[in-house]
Amino acid sequence: MATQHSRSAARLMMAPAVVLLLGWMLVPLIMTVFFSFKKYLPLRGDKLSDGLEWVGFLNYERFISSGSFWPSVQTTLVIVVSVLVITVTLGILLALLLDQPMWGQGFVRILVIAPFFVMPTVSALVWKNMFMDPINGILAHLWMLFGAEPVLWLSQASVPSIILIVSWQWLPFATLILLTAIQSLDGEQLEASEMDGAPKLKRFWHIVLPHLSRAITIVILIQTIFILSIFAEIFVTTGGAFGTKTLTYLIFQRVLDSQNVGLGSAGGVYAIILANIVAIFLMRIVGKNLDN
Amino acid sequence: MARAVTNQRKATNTLFAWAIGLLIFFPILWTILTSFKTEAQAINDPPIFFFFDWTLENYAAVMERSDYAKFLWNSIIIAVGSTILGVIIAVPAAWSMAFVPSKRTKDILLWMLSTKMLPAVGVLYPIYLIFIQLGILDSRIGLVVVLMLINLPIIVWMLYTYFKEIPVDILEAARMDGASLRDEIVHVLTPMAIPGIASTVLLNIILAWNEAFWTLNLTAAKAAPLTAFIASYSSPEGLFFAKLSAASTMAIAPILIMGWFSQKQLVRGLTFGAVK
Amino acid sequence: MGRFVLDKVSKSFGDTEVIPPLDLTIEDGEFTVFVGPSGCGKSTLLRLIAGLEDVSGGQVSIDGQDMTSVPPAKRGLSMVFQSYALYPHMTVRKNIAFPLRMAKMDKAEIKKRVDEAAEVLNLTDYLHRKPGQLSGGQRQRVAIGRAIVREPSAFLFDEPLSNLDAALRVGMRLEISEMHKRLATTMIYVTHDQVEAMTMADKIVVLQAGVIEQVGSPLELYRAPRNVFVAGFIGSPKMNLLTGPEAEKHDATTIGIRPEHISISNESGMWEGTVGVSEHLGSDSFFHVKCDAFEHPLTVRAGGELQMSYGAKVFLTPDAAHMHTFDAEGLRIG
Repeated sequence: MATQHSRSAARLMMAPAVVLLLGWMLVPLIMTVFFSFKKYLPLRGDKLSDGLEWVGFLNYERFISSGSFWPSVQTTLVIVVSVLVITVTLGILLALLLDQPMWGQGFVRILVIAPFFVMPTVSALVWKNMFMDPINGILAHLWMLFGAEPVLWLSQASVPSIILIVSWQWLPFATLILLTAIQSLDGEQLEASEMDGAPKLKRFWHIVLPHLSRAITIVILIQTIFILSIFAEIFVTTGGAFGTKTLTYLIFQRVLDSQNVGLGSAGGVYAIILANIVAIFLMRIVGKNLDN
Repeated sequence: MARAVTNQRKATNTLFAWAIGLLIFFPILWTILTSFKTEAQAINDPPIFFFFDWTLENYAAVMERSDYAKFLWNSIIIAVGSTILGVIIAVPAAWSMAFVPSKRTKDILLWMLSTKMLPAVGVLYPIYLIFIQLGILDSRIGLVVVLMLINLPIIVWMLYTYFKEIPVDILEAARMDGASLRDEIVHVLTPMAIPGIASTVLLNIILAWNEAFWTLNLTAAKAAPLTAFIASYSSPEGLFFAKLSAASTMAIAPILIMGWFSQKQLVRGLTFGAVK
Repeated sequence: MGRFVLDKVSKSFGDTEVIPPLDLTIEDGEFTVFVGPSGCGKSTLLRLIAGLEDVSGGQVSIDGQDMTSVPPAKRGLSMVFQSYALYPHMTVRKNIAFPLRMAKMDKAEIKKRVDEAAEVLNLTDYLHRKPGQLSGGQRQRVAIGRAIVREPSAFLFDEPLSNLDAALRVGMRLEISEMHKRLATTMIYVTHDQVEAMTMADKIVVLQAGVIEQVGSPLELYRAPRNVFVAGFIGSPKMNLLTGPEAEKHDATTIGIRPEHISISNESGMWEGTVGVSEHLGSDSFFHVKCDAFEHPLTVRAGGELQMSYGAKVFLTPDAAHMHTFDAEGLRIG
């Protein structure tokens, strides 16, 4: 149905979205790259209108040589990968369970989805205080019930704590997508394999799991997009202390707390590069999977 | 799969699923329960589950401490405004991609999604400067625009997947019937895609409602939504469990209630239109 | 009015040429059927006329006006789709009224015309229903109703009956023919079913691989197929196309003889053979006869009461007056 008319109409109608996103991407990006080559400390009187001192790659060198850079990259990746593994694995198990015949399936589904509705600031605060507080938190009570010493969650096990919170937020999403995918599985195919005498585990491995591959890709794509940039969960809980500084948080501190825009911008460029590496990697997989 | 399932097996499934469902829901349930306790009961050892003196004093205290209505109103304006604006821009774009696909369509779609991967923090300061220049720092309109832009790729993507399910024949029939492009989109496509659009709108309202980077960093007093309202309780002086719970409940209740009422569309929307 | 002239119209998708340049004239008021096997480009040709696709070359004119780059909405044509393409969110009344609403006609006139169309199509009781609540035949009528209310200069039908069951198809065929006689508007009808083509058309356009093989009235095509393809495509059951020494006797590469032009006998005849499967329709009987002279069995039509047992020895005699001869290129001789 592609006529010249509809093609030119299509271009015209796509324009607002494309132009807006292009502007949203390019303008700040160019400014960030510009600042990253400058000395820009607004609190010390550097002003954009007075012109900024060109410092070459100094900011880049300083950012990467600071002791917090590599740990922050590592923390970021550890959090993203751990949350992905946890949510996908538990999501599959939970989806398989919810797919079974039971009473009150709809109600259980609401219970399971609920964490997705909770804003990150709230869930971070609730977990931090009411669950992970070493004196009054539920987990402390639980530990003491079994005679164990309460864990100082956010200082002794800070990264796992963050992973726990973020996984709790995203498990509903993974479960729901995977459940929808399982429900679309052709019953006849499963019955046929049952007739062929395939045992349960084999059926799961050779039929259910391949069927879920597209859904798993979607989960990984969307979650990576959101988890790469988690902010509130760290802002509210540890404030970046105890090794929970992700790259995002590190840059945030450089820009806003220490007001070193040049240095923060160089960090921003690093973050953009990291995100692009992840993005290229992801888009490859997703592009392939979106075809079918 | 019409097969007899023994009631025993069904009961086991039910027991398991309910236990896990309640476990996942427990933090929310606990927060809501605690919000009705006194501060002393909230930190009682051992924890009290149901048998406490139900009170509304925490809600009163929270209302007194901060102007909840103002934060709530900001959240509503920002979430709903950015979503509607996004849908208005995304519908024509999604129409183009779904019905006049070209070799570049998929690339454009993936590029749009990839802009979402751009780390917000990398461009925070430039946006901050631009906002100051335009005089829209700490304004609702500024946040509406920013949240619209960050959710636009998702809105386009979702609408695209929903539109693709609509047979092209019907749009061609409209064209043969003398409909202009505008008529085709307004009178035929949009009404047919209402369920998909509803799912998209609901999901994006939730995403915008819960967005906590830009809303925290681009607002101060005037335009601050509920994410900022609740963040103010992270400071040590706000460390009263019952009051924190009351504030948390107030922040998430609108979305939980909305989710409750629109479950079907929302579940569909939560899969981002990507899985059927 | 609705006279169509296609002048060197061609269509390519990328590097693949689906329709090489072709010329075709469709006279006003004519019922023209495009027929051919699937993938022959007949639907594409219809969509070029409708304006739903751009031509890659050539010109489409309607009533002497160049319409090549006019969008479909402005060509004044109505189209009935194979899938019916009804608007699922609108009632039957709104579906039929849609083209009139788009033409900004006033409400009273719209109501009058929709009521009239519904009356003719037996849809009056269903006007408040949504398409989802209708049967296949009723949906088809709604699609037709939507096409007729705006009084177009021509109707385009894209395989409109292929989603209906066999019994309904015969009825709808008659209704469409009836409608054509009543309205006397140009109709262009695409189908892969040669029976539909033969029964409905004033003019048949036989297409293969985007090329027009022959244009003519149903009987012209039946009597004098221009080539082997048309000979084999038109007529049911198919014409027997025979090659070998028997064909050479007639100075041809291929000879064609329709099942109804062969007589069958127990005693004597030109070709000897054995009876294979028999098909008894009551009015006619068809026998598949394997002759020694030919590689493939021949189909023979005989009276409905004739019985032949499997394996019986028979003799066949073709009716020389109705024999078709084709040369090495498959073209008709004489």
